[in-house]
Amino acid sequence: MSDIKKIKDDYIDKLNTENNIDKVNNIKSELFGKNGIISNEFKKLGSISVEERKKLASDLNNIKDELQNKISIKIQEIETKEINLKLEKEKIDVTLPERDIEIGKIHPVSQVIDEISSIFSEIGFSVEEGPDVENEYNNFTALNTPDNHPARDMHDTFYLDNNKELLLRTHTSPVQVRTMLKGKPPFKIIAPGRTYRSDSDQTHAPMFHQVEGLHIDKNINMGHLKGCLNYFIKEFFEVDKIKMRFRPSHFPFTEPSAEVDIGYEIKNGKIVIGEGDKWLEILGCGMVHPNVLKNVKVNPNKYQGYAFGIGIDRLGMLKYGINDLRAFFETDYRWLNHFGFDPLDVPSNYRGLSR
Amino acid sequence: MKFTVDWLKNHLDTKFNSNQIIDKLTNIGLEVESFESSSSELDNFIVAKIINAKTHPNADRLKLCDVDIGSDETIEVVCGAPNAKNGLLTVYAPPGSIIPKNQMKLSVSKIRGVTSYGMLCSESELLLSNESDGIIELKKNKYANKIGEKYFKNTSEKVIDLSITPNRPDCLGVRGIARDLTAAGAGKLKINKKSNLKYRGNQNINVTIKKEKVQGCTIFGSCLIKGVTNKESPKWLKDKIESLGQKSISAIVDITNYVMFDLNRPLHAYDADKIDKEIIVRSSSKGESFEALDNKKYILENDMCVISDRSGILGLGGIIGGTRSGTEYSTKNILLESAYFLPRSIRKTSKQLNIDTDAKFRFERGIDPLSIEEGLIKASELIKQICGGEISNLDVKKIENYKKTIINFDPFLFEKTTGFNVENKELIKILEKLGFDVSKNKKILNLVVPSWRPDITQSIDIVEEIVRIKGYEHINTSEPIKTRLKPTLNYYQKLFHFLQRSVASKGYLETVTWSFTDSKINKLFKEKDEEIPIINPISSDLNVLRNSIFPNLIFYLKKNLDRGFKDISLFEIGPAFKGKNPGDQQTVIGAVRAGKVSRLSWNDKERIVDTFDVKKDVIQSLCEAGINKDDIIIDDKTPSYYHPGKSGGVYQNKKEKNALAYFGEIHPDIIKKLDIKTEGLVIFEICLDYIRESKQKIKDSKSEYKFSDFQKSERDFAFIINKNFKSQELVNIIKSVDNKLIKSVRVFDVFEGENIPDGKKSIAINVTIQSEEKALNENDLDNINKLIISSVESKSGAKIRS
Repeated sequence: MSDIKKIKDDYIDKLNTENNIDKVNNIKSELFGKNGIISNEFKKLGSISVEERKKLASDLNNIKDELQNKISIKIQEIETKEINLKLEKEKIDVTLPERDIEIGKIHPVSQVIDEISSIFSEIGFSVEEGPDVENEYNNFTALNTPDNHPARDMHDTFYLDNNKELLLRTHTSPVQVRTMLKGKPPFKIIAPGRTYRSDSDQTHAPMFHQVEGLHIDKNINMGHLKGCLNYFIKEFFEVDKIKMRFRPSHFPFTEPSAEVDIGYEIKNGKIVIGEGDKWLEILGCGMVHPNVLKNVKVNPNKYQGYAFGIGIDRLGMLKYGINDLRAFFETDYRWLNHFGFDPLDVPSNYRGLSR
Repeated sequence: MKFTVDWLKNHLDTKFNSNQIIDKLTNIGLEVESFESSSSELDNFIVAKIINAKTHPNADRLKLCDVDIGSDETIEVVCGAPNAKNGLLTVYAPPGSIIPKNQMKLSVSKIRGVTSYGMLCSESELLLSNESDGIIELKKNKYANKIGEKYFKNTSEKVIDLSITPNRPDCLGVRGIARDLTAAGAGKLKINKKSNLKYRGNQNINVTIKKEKVQGCTIFGSCLIKGVTNKESPKWLKDKIESLGQKSISAIVDITNYVMFDLNRPLHAYDADKIDKEIIVRSSSKGESFEALDNKKYILENDMCVISDRSGILGLGGIIGGTRSGTEYSTKNILLESAYFLPRSIRKTSKQLNIDTDAKFRFERGIDPLSIEEGLIKASELIKQICGGEISNLDVKKIENYKKTIINFDPFLFEKTTGFNVENKELIKILEKLGFDVSKNKKILNLVVPSWRPDITQSIDIVEEIVRIKGYEHINTSEPIKTRLKPTLNYYQKLFHFLQRSVASKGYLETVTWSFTDSKINKLFKEKDEEIPIINPISSDLNVLRNSIFPNLIFYLKKNLDRGFKDISLFEIGPAFKGKNPGDQQTVIGAVRAGKVSRLSWNDKERIVDTFDVKKDVIQSLCEAGINKDDIIIDDKTPSYYHPGKSGGVYQNKKEKNALAYFGEIHPDIIKKLDIKTEGLVIFEICLDYIRESKQKIKDSKSEYKFSDFQKSERDFAFIINKNFKSQELVNIIKSVDNKLIKSVRVFDVFEGENIPDGKKSIAINVTIQSEEKALNENDLDNINKLIISSVESKSGAKIRS
């Protein structure tokens, strides 16, 4: 017995100082292998008396447990050490740059069109479109602006033929004409799109964007027009209060007509919408002229309603502090990056119009 | 339309101050553009002192003066005046000022080799006297402490500038503006004093309005004023004319202009002695010509309304007079014309000849046809008062009588349109102040429209009059009605927004470029489309509608490359024009990608962008937009601006005629022609119009969810095949061996060269096989393998690599 005890103590000592996993495994087989020391001791049990056997077996089992336990702890200890060592070696500099992020952007005009569509969608408008090339009738005559009308001088028109029959639309209003001609009232649409006028300077571009609005039904009056635009402007600029002024004006295709100004002030060199005592003209609107309704086969005694036209680029400039209209269309990589929007930033009512 | 408050008060009795008047004008639809002192050319001239006058190094007669103009440093002016000497106070004109005498604009200039900044002025140059021998000598006691101040005091009154909408000719005269203000409660309209003009004799120059197919003149009123002395206008008249930014010419011309601005009644004064016997108002014949008061010779077309005498044309009626019969200081006898010309005729003629005058502007919008006599009387009175002379009886010839416009107005229309109510009493008051004759017939108001309001023709116009005078602030703000008639966006609109953001999310910056482009670049991309020129382009390099998005996109890509950017991805979504009729346009995405991938990366190898980069972008975008990837077929036929060997077309299925998309390298010729400097340039385009809407909504089209848990097996094959054989076809052959068992086919290696015969390539393919019914045993798998090999070999001529 004392032999075994001694063997045990020797091996415990050995294991305590051993740090090599293979050697620990060798010890394991030395002790518990087929002809291992402990295994042999167990074999010897058969040849001794019952009395002794009982005692010896119990001692042997204890020693076996102790040694096995020691071995497995040792193995775990060495493995943990090795793993830690390996992990330590594998450490990298995570502050090195990631692979290139490919950041695309949405143009401010597109973003603003989506914002506008989202706002009007909330109050039941649907989106209509029309072609960029229009005929003279849809762009002018049907809109109560006959050829000899001086109001035509307000639109510098690009023509595609010498008879001035085909032109680039000077406003989005011909979409009103197309929409009403192909359908039956009521109508409740907005029509955003490209528009063209042949003047070009710091504040005018030969191409710009407008959104047309049209709501025709049996009892739509100027109060609805005011309410609709008031709602839109407030939502668009994301302010609780907006100072707004309706001013009489003239457009051949609406009667009565109005221009709408919003209040603003300059604070620290930046324009603040909705406050202050300065006025900024942002849109034209009015009740659709009975002559227009007649031209598109809608009975003006039965139906009436309003229309409006808003400059999209201008709205974007005001909301996002962009100073130069021409820069919208010059495709400067720096500008597009600076003023562009993340493609996942989709304006919507429930997620908020803008971040 | 410009005027001063003083002038307004000639017609308006008001307690309003200027600011109140301005607010009121804006509120009734007469938009105030500005309210400021008319800036004068004379503002530039300042009091200055010569500090040091020395002789010019290169010219004995000239002097080089250091001049104190009130700023920190003196400036150097070359001066030829003998009286220029040290300490002299005089008047200095800086560069940019216009010298009143000769209307020359000063600029910084070298005089005999020395730079002169501006000029010292003589009295004659400033039109103060005829003294031209030397520069002005200002009195020391008056001007010594005024150095740097304006020499001419700006005494002019502030001028209101209104932007008058084209429907309001009546407000192109001060009286009309005053009338509108009275209706809005800003005061009382002054009653014109009754004229006590004495007439002597008849207007004995015979006037005929000829019967014409197209006669642009319907009334011609005139009178003769004999024995006048034409001269410079008196100060009050000169001030009035100049306050409007107009030039004073002579008393007679100024008076006719004054009446035009005052009453919106254009007039014309002829030198009666230069008229050959009679006045004939007729239509011109093509080729006739005359010299107009703007010193230009105009050659006329048929049917333009002209005023002529026996010798020929005197002027274009209502537009511009001629030099032959113009008044001068020496004019003794005047024929004064006050006529009515049809707006349509005026507009047509002035457009054809490209003439714009104040008279034309007014006649084209519609002048009060009943103001003929009023204009003649007012002008005659002033001429008599200023120039003397005797006035003949008024002679009015007309070929048409004015017809009143009568509107039977139901006041209910007002509330129906505006949403609020105005008492009948107030409504009538407004209309009467605007000049309507109002009579009541039960609920209906019978209105006679004033002759100066040609814009008012129907009931809705009356609504506008009342609401604008009453004030738009009375209109209620109703809650928006939320009723929806149909979905906000249709399929193609949704597709537009989806693809737009889908492409952007692949790293492309969205741009918006003109719909027009340079025909020279457009040609490279237009294929068989017709060129669509713009008749009046804004510039010669934006002279056609774009047939493709690429001309602009490539142009701006180049600009950015030239700015020093190397890796650029840009796209635009918008119209490409296929013809010049409305609707001949497609909605297209064009995208370009230039430069390298992983440039200067510490861990990845950098490489030039290639066709498979854009192929991924285009296919992924299409899939994200809802197209099934399995339906997509690639073809290698592409437009000529693509590299013929490195580009492809994308089809939604076999039968499709038009490719939904193209992708690939741009043709090297184009890179050369446009001188684009980049390592690599690949492009893609998607034509949204060719994408077909799926018949079912996603909620109806999801198939039953099925999957197999039986063992999956993978097998690799390598085939030697003709170099030009398309991998897509090979994949299809394999798939068609057993559509049920073969779950996926993946090309994982392609190579040519070593160990591969010329004209051949090796393609390695991984095939995943799985049954939905049972576990496949070795035997089953072997059978499939053999089938795959034999099918490929027989259908493609390939050989399995052993």
